[in-house]
Amino acid sequence: MAVARARTLPSNGMLGFLAVLAIVAIAAPFLLPSYQTLNLSYALIFAIAILGLNILTGYSGQITLGHGAFLAIGAYASAIAQQKMGINYLLTIPIAGVVCGLLGFAFGFPALRLEGIYLALATFALAVAAPTVLKKPAAITGGVAGIILPPVTSPTEFLTDDQFFYIVCLGIAALCFLLAWNILRGRTGRAFRAIRDGDLAAVAFGVNLASYKTLAFAISAFLAGIAGALYGIATGFVSADAYPFQLSILLLVGAVIGGLGTLEGAVIGGFFSQFLPQLSQQALSSINKQVANAAPSVTQGILLLVVMVVARQGVAGLIRSNVHRLRYPVQSGDDTPAAPEASAQTGPL
Amino acid sequence: MTFFLQQLVSGLAAGGAYASLALALVLIYSAMGLVNFAQGEFAMFATFIAWTLMVNLGVPYPLAFVLALGFAMLGAAAIERLIVRPFERGPQLGVVIVTLALLSITNGMAGFIWGYVPRAFPTPFPQNPVVIAGVYISIQDLGVIGVSLLVLGLIYILFNRTKLGLAMRTAALYPDSARLLGVSVGGMLAVGWGLASGVGAVSGILLAPSLFLEPNMMQQVIIYAFAAAVLGGIESPIGAVVGGLLLGVLLAMVGAYVQPLADLRLAVALLLIVVVLVVRPSGLLGQVHVRRV
Repeated sequence: MAVARARTLPSNGMLGFLAVLAIVAIAAPFLLPSYQTLNLSYALIFAIAILGLNILTGYSGQITLGHGAFLAIGAYASAIAQQKMGINYLLTIPIAGVVCGLLGFAFGFPALRLEGIYLALATFALAVAAPTVLKKPAAITGGVAGIILPPVTSPTEFLTDDQFFYIVCLGIAALCFLLAWNILRGRTGRAFRAIRDGDLAAVAFGVNLASYKTLAFAISAFLAGIAGALYGIATGFVSADAYPFQLSILLLVGAVIGGLGTLEGAVIGGFFSQFLPQLSQQALSSINKQVANAAPSVTQGILLLVVMVVARQGVAGLIRSNVHRLRYPVQSGDDTPAAPEASAQTGPL
Repeated sequence: MTFFLQQLVSGLAAGGAYASLALALVLIYSAMGLVNFAQGEFAMFATFIAWTLMVNLGVPYPLAFVLALGFAMLGAAAIERLIVRPFERGPQLGVVIVTLALLSITNGMAGFIWGYVPRAFPTPFPQNPVVIAGVYISIQDLGVIGVSLLVLGLIYILFNRTKLGLAMRTAALYPDSARLLGVSVGGMLAVGWGLASGVGAVSGILLAPSLFLEPNMMQQVIIYAFAAAVLGGIESPIGAVVGGLLLGVLLAMVGAYVQPLADLRLAVALLLIVVVLVVRPSGLLGQVHVRRV
């Protein structure tokens, strides 16, 4: 038991790496121009959203293509709480998370009866239908016009508004990842992975499918709600058209490229989701506007295919196997421990 | 009554087009157990090909129609062989991701080539309606119903009355026996993708005059096609046709008689998908699968 416990805690090297990462993350807004700070905030928001997607799809094996719909609901929950109830915007973030978490829990029940491809189908339809549904009650959601939110202002003169918001996002993202790490390393995480790798076997081992599957939905939607609230606050404007089904695809792209079923993959994926569309658009804007507008979908599609063919574990998988190779250089006749992804017989992909 | 009949005909016309795309999804699902999320985008791309042939090159409508279908079939068969094949036997998530990648790429390529400005699409049918027993019925609608039924009939004959159809059904149901009998199972899957894409292209070309042609044209239609396929039973080709026509009529009636839901047709389709999948996953005409636990 002691051994098993120790293995779930990070090693000293890992802690050192995380400390360096934290210092870089905190220093970044003071070294970068202001607009890049906002970009980084968006990347963190996407990372939180992808973390949620990852828990549902990467860890518990339930395919969702409708994550963007929960982001939209989170953004509306936060905006409505601010505008109609006058609640401080920072407090609306957990409220949005709880609202989405409950909705996700509720959506998890019909989803229990939908397996694999059927769940993908239903959530895809959810992603496409959500904007038109959210626009409908115009008295609450502002209809087509949406809801305009006041800009975030920094409470201290030491930080600019963008820097302050970035620090808020960083703190919330750190809390979310800590929470997810804590859930996933223990009993619940094992139950999720067991369901993903073979639900019959999981049931045979006493895993309650219904409660763990709905729990995964609830956690995933909770994180989506938090990300959605932050996204709305960052944009200063909540409108259903800002959450098209392409957003759900973009999040899945980030999750797959980053590496499904890993925590670091969610962080890497967040950066991809934020910067890939921008960079591909900029790269092709010299040709003409039409080409530049189409660039993000083409590049994300091609990158998805490349990742699927070359490295199904995503960037996180590549990093893991290279770290492993550095730690255990191959020698002839040596019984090197197998690389992590080779020893794990199953995974999300 | 007159109003009702007019709604019925326009519902059937839209339903015929949904049925074609639903049939495309069903053809691939029943052969390989996978849903091609890019099916709508393939149809949109083929419709753009037809548009280019007609408007830029002056090809007459019937020839452009056939050429666009041929392009759609060859293109999809090639995509199946080159890109989808390695993932068919892997986890479902992998196939879903690959078809989503295809969706993204096809949509973006159409944007690259033709841009995002909606375009008018020519129709071969006269615009003025005919009057039958006091009911104004658009010839366009009748033509769309006629063409969809013709295509669906041809597919039925292909599967039930030809050797190729028999080989395809064998390859889908009993791949090992099919191989022993000398049927190229892989080849049949490529043919299946080609056929599906051709049928889907029909739906795109039929809908383009009323929807206007642009890269995101099929985004909502694919949801209706999913709903139609699920309603009819996702493994039943006849179910797809029945489901498509029913859905077309249902949405037309909702639009005409239930005003508050008129702009929530997508939500109606979503609700239908979830309810059918939860209550009766085999749909109206599908076979019920029993799972032993």
